[in-house]
Amino acid sequence: MTEHKDQEQLQEQQAAASGEAPAAKDTTKPEAAAQGEASAEQPAEKGSAAEAKPAEAPEGGTSAAGRNEGPASSGVKAETSGRQAASGEAPASDGEKPKRLDPAEREARRAAALAAKAAAKAAAGGGDEGEGAEPAPKEPSPNQPLLDKIVALIRDQVAPDAVEDHYINEADSHLPVVVVKNEHWLKTAKLLKQSLKLDYLINLSGVDYETYMEVVYHIESFQTGEKYCLKVRTDREAPSIASVTPVWSTANWPEREVYDLLGIQFPGHPDLRRILLPDDWAGYPLRKDYEPLDPEV
Amino acid sequence: MALRTEELLLNVGPQHPSTHGVFRIVVKIDGEIIKEATPVMGYLHRGTEKLAENLNYTQIIPYTDRMDYVSAMTNNYVLVSAVEKLMQLEVPERAEFLRVIVMELQRIASHLLWWGTYLLDIGAMSPFLFAFRDREIIIELFNELCGARLTYFYMRVGGVKWDAPDGWIEKVRDFVPYMRERLKLYDDLVSGNEIFLARIKGVGRYDAQTAIDYGLSGANLRCTGVKRDLRKDHPYSVYDRFEFDVPTRTEGDCYARYLIRLEEIHESLRILEQAVEMFPEGPVMAKVPRVLRPPEGEVYSRVESPRGEIGCYVVSKGKDSPYRLKFRRPSFVNLQILPKLLVGESITNLITILGATDIVVGEVDA
Repeated sequence: MTEHKDQEQLQEQQAAASGEAPAAKDTTKPEAAAQGEASAEQPAEKGSAAEAKPAEAPEGGTSAAGRNEGPASSGVKAETSGRQAASGEAPASDGEKPKRLDPAEREARRAAALAAKAAAKAAAGGGDEGEGAEPAPKEPSPNQPLLDKIVALIRDQVAPDAVEDHYINEADSHLPVVVVKNEHWLKTAKLLKQSLKLDYLINLSGVDYETYMEVVYHIESFQTGEKYCLKVRTDREAPSIASVTPVWSTANWPEREVYDLLGIQFPGHPDLRRILLPDDWAGYPLRKDYEPLDPEV
Repeated sequence: MALRTEELLLNVGPQHPSTHGVFRIVVKIDGEIIKEATPVMGYLHRGTEKLAENLNYTQIIPYTDRMDYVSAMTNNYVLVSAVEKLMQLEVPERAEFLRVIVMELQRIASHLLWWGTYLLDIGAMSPFLFAFRDREIIIELFNELCGARLTYFYMRVGGVKWDAPDGWIEKVRDFVPYMRERLKLYDDLVSGNEIFLARIKGVGRYDAQTAIDYGLSGANLRCTGVKRDLRKDHPYSVYDRFEFDVPTRTEGDCYARYLIRLEEIHESLRILEQAVEMFPEGPVMAKVPRVLRPPEGEVYSRVESPRGEIGCYVVSKGKDSPYRLKFRRPSFVNLQILPKLLVGESITNLITILGATDIVVGEVDA
């Protein structure tokens, strides 16, 4: 138990001490590079550890089922132990300078690790089916009526094809989520404020999904207490979404922030300038493919 | 004959003692009357959201300490609660009580700091000394609990890092009556002071409609009569077990915001009193995997910080670091209304109105 605690503390100290520590650990993986064969063994080991775990699960029964995350947890645990084994060797090589792996080898190892992970996942899935506990029919979400209401309203009042997708986000206390087509967004926003009395824009965030960009609006009504999440997707090459500042004044600065960090244009915005970064900054840092102009900065 | 005036651009900040950090505002004035105000931000932008994409979840917690550095505990909480929501973790009761106790202590500390510095801004020196002396007691309590005075890094996904040391809870219990006495003194000293009233009553007024439209939260919203407090409306942690009121006023001016913040200290003391009484035994950390990998998904978690609604939107792709992490910072959102409030005001009211908004620049710029 004490050892366990010590390790935990060590890990946290490292975490707190420098953001770079874990990255360094990843790229260097000490001994392995020097001893050639060890590197090939390592992923295999990880894989076998992963497979062993789910196999146990059905007998143990409660050990796996009792955990909160259910089937996923066994995979996590197996991986963790694999990593522990790897990091256990680390202190031995403290003396010598960590060597960087050449990219090809790193790539190969990553592929191997991914394969092992996939295998572990499949095994975990298999174990789960063996128990046969899962397939129970899903209960309708308590917020399903809310979702149906808003979808029907948008389809009826804006356009029949204005809703791209809609679902209940169960992880987020069954929050109804509606994905609205870009060209219908402004009209939808006005409608929501008028008909559903959604008067309070809680949060506006932009996300880069690499194939497209998305702006997420969390909106609430102070009059009815209803809460929704609205999403609008946009093309990544020329991202543009109608500004909702005329609808909710709150949107002004958050939209500038999204423009600043992700480069999404908001036509109709009264004053679309960079807000957090300097005006002459090059690029949009929160994009996944962002490369700083000056790597020193 | 009318006095001849001309328009003048005046730069306030970023190095200005009353902007509490590196906040800059460019005002266009005609005589002493403000015609236009343009806030300029970003001097303290550290790219927390970008950095977080390359850190694991535990490593992000210290960064939240440094956003709103006057209220690090609530910032810790908003992040860990988002991850806990994603992972559907059950947090031990004792940990939740410790969290509530530190968050309420933090609210008091934050309001005290605001009270002292706000009065300093508008010309009263001694309240600052009173406030800092009392705040010091809370800082010392935190120091004893987690070894830091300002950036605590106290909460973890699944619980808190340290259990309360022996005698700590008793110290919190003793603090409650002490602080109540002090609040009486504060009221005697300042709240009814005629000069003070003349200075802030009726200044920076707006109505509930405007406040909601601008997305204000915290005391900035409650001063217009909107009874809104996330601890009551969307209870998180164990807040649903305590009895407390949500103070509101209807004037919507700086004085209303001042009174609400003092009133909130009273309510926080009430919560502390109950939390200390009900403080349970047990572990302070849930069983969590060594490497945190929340399942794929997204959540938005929200917490009532001393400045208003702080939110955290996490998108997870099942990795050990978030795909996207976005903080809804109350200072940033609350500040938006400032240019609107300043137009037509006298230049002397600039600091009065800015101060009453209660911003922390670390949070504005993130």
